Amino acid sequence: MSDRDLLPGERLDHYVNDGPFDPYEVEKLTPQQERYYRASEWRIMWWRFCRHRVALWSGVFLLLVYASVVICEFVAPYNLHSRDIQHIFAPPQTLHFFHEGEFIGPFVYGFDTEMDMENLQRVYKPNPDKVQPLRFFCRGDPYKFWGQVDADLHLFCPAERGTAFLFGTDRLGRDMMSRIIYGARISLTIGLIAVAISFVLGVVIGGAAGYFGGFIDALTLRSIEIIRSFPEIPLFMTLSALLPVTWSPIGVFAGISIIIGFLEWPGLARAVRAKILSLREEDFTTAAQLMGASPARIIGRHLLPSFTSHLIASVTLSIPTAILGETALSYLGIGLRAPVTSWGVVLNEAQDITVVAVFPWLLLPVVPLFLVVLAFNFLGDGLRDAADPYK
Amino acid sequence: MLSYFARRLLVMIPTLLVISLVVFVIIQLPPGDYLETLIGEMQAQGENVDPARIAFLRQQYGLDKPMIEQYWVWLFGLLHGDLGYSFEFELPVVEVIGDRFWFTALLALSTTLFTYVVSFPIGIYSAVRQYSIGDYAATFIGYFGLAMPNFLFALVLLYYANVWFDLSIGGLMDPKYLDAPWSLEKVGSVISHLWIPMIVIGTSGTAAMIRRLRANMLDELQKQYVVTARAKGLSPVKAIVKYPLRMSLNHFISDIGQILPAVISGAALVSIVMDLPTNGPLLLRSLQSQDMFLAGAFLMFEAVLVVIGVFISDVLLAMLDPRIRLGEGATK
Repeated sequence: MSDRDLLPGERLDHYVNDGPFDPYEVEKLTPQQERYYRASEWRIMWWRFCRHRVALWSGVFLLLVYASVVICEFVAPYNLHSRDIQHIFAPPQTLHFFHEGEFIGPFVYGFDTEMDMENLQRVYKPNPDKVQPLRFFCRGDPYKFWGQVDADLHLFCPAERGTAFLFGTDRLGRDMMSRIIYGARISLTIGLIAVAISFVLGVVIGGAAGYFGGFIDALTLRSIEIIRSFPEIPLFMTLSALLPVTWSPIGVFAGISIIIGFLEWPGLARAVRAKILSLREEDFTTAAQLMGASPARIIGRHLLPSFTSHLIASVTLSIPTAILGETALSYLGIGLRAPVTSWGVVLNEAQDITVVAVFPWLLLPVVPLFLVVLAFNFLGDGLRDAADPYK
Repeated sequence: MLSYFARRLLVMIPTLLVISLVVFVIIQLPPGDYLETLIGEMQAQGENVDPARIAFLRQQYGLDKPMIEQYWVWLFGLLHGDLGYSFEFELPVVEVIGDRFWFTALLALSTTLFTYVVSFPIGIYSAVRQYSIGDYAATFIGYFGLAMPNFLFALVLLYYANVWFDLSIGGLMDPKYLDAPWSLEKVGSVISHLWIPMIVIGTSGTAAMIRRLRANMLDELQKQYVVTARAKGLSPVKAIVKYPLRMSLNHFISDIGQILPAVISGAALVSIVMDLPTNGPLLLRSLQSQDMFLAGAFLMFEAVLVVIGVFISDVLLAMLDPRIRLGEGATK
């Protein structure tokens, strides 16, 4: 190697580098870049999802709610059916921590009850002398865990011979908080079951329509159009009113889930159809066809996995519709019926506006309903944004 | 344009026929025929059943004939404005319903208009000023409307109206006009009562509409022709209104097909809660007593309303966007 400029026609000195050949030497990746480029698609989606803070927290919130649904007997301070006839329509008891400037942990003031003879109504006054500290991990109302195992352990319960109606009580003297916690179990599972049904229907019907096209496609589109022509709630109402009154609560539960599931599939089917319509023109589909794979295998094995993430997002977004549908039906009294307790059934007590004006805490199930629906929407939005990680 | 119009009108006929078939099947779902139920009930209450009347009804509605023929009788009646017989009220369905259809249509129409009038400026604003305070406020309202079931919203609103203003909201007009003939004052009374259910029902639709319009506008605003327009020195208003807005208007109009069923659904629930003289409360009652001709009439009417709404939106779209009426492009 010489430092001077080469003359025209002069040859370079022979030079061999002893080091191993590295084709990427020029464009070295930083560790961060390497981590990103080597990550799997799902990992990148996860990173994208985590950037959507609200969606992440909504997901955590929903996980917590569903976890409490599994052990709702333990979380609720009272048994679902236990009635306190001394406390009918009792207002919510406020949770305090300090009694006369002294910290004694969470407690409530017990009620003094008197009868207002003018309005024929019980009046409850918190009595500052009745300090009733809450107990934690305590023995309280007996219950059957999942209807199978006898137990009486609660997360928290009222003081001995005291009360703890943090959300008030209803017309039978049942604790609203416990009813809301138990109601979550039914309301939230019915959403999942209904959406599972509509998912299966939507994927099968939409997949077939998109893959085969022609007559099947036209038929599917027509049916979707017909179903979409009926306003949702009146149709839900009509079909669920047709469920025989003689059915057991479990039968009605199944019936309502099936009705909601059967009427929710068109949206998903449309999305699946549109995706499959474009994917079936891809080379890998032709390859699979030439290798003799059956349509079911091609759709399920080759086409669907290409947009699983989109499917998950749209399924998440359709769960709240199902939950709201059930609530509306039960609220009107043509969905689930007592003794099955869902949020709609609990809200059923708040039919009359005069009742609501006097006992506004009967409207409290609206709060968890609102939060859960909102969380599902945020989560769904986050998942949808994350579904296309390379965009 | 005319041929598209005619073609679109013809497509509606089979759709409506299938819808009527579905409704008829739903009417037939409860076991037994109504007259049997009716006779049973009347006998249980010790009342006398007039065999002549039963026979007349049976013949009038063809209940003694096979299913297909019953369907034809019902469909034929439908086309002549005879919606069947309400066995609970012992009146023809048409008389039981009275003005309810018109109030339902009025409520649906005004709610849809409300949705459009409110969401149009907000949607454009939050797209043009993305991530501004106004945009966040609109997003917040959007999520609120999405998550709040509107019948519960009505209930909460009624509660606060009661607490704050000592106001009882309900009905669609002042009680004194209930049986009065139509007059200007009555119309005024209806209008002054209409806005509360309108807002309650419209919130969720408005929310969804704002989100969609914003998304569509944002897509359009990023396209190159907008950049070109700006670079050419077009005024900002013109660079937004003249091209991107017209493009996203398409989605806006085709949304009627989604908004209308939602509005009618919401109206049914809200009417029950607020006791409005629309379809909702009577539908619920007819369902509870399994008075299926009445329920079927409501279902049929609401489906027809949706089909007509979608038809109007399609025609509007074709008028606005030449690409659609030129045939095959529509089925993309």
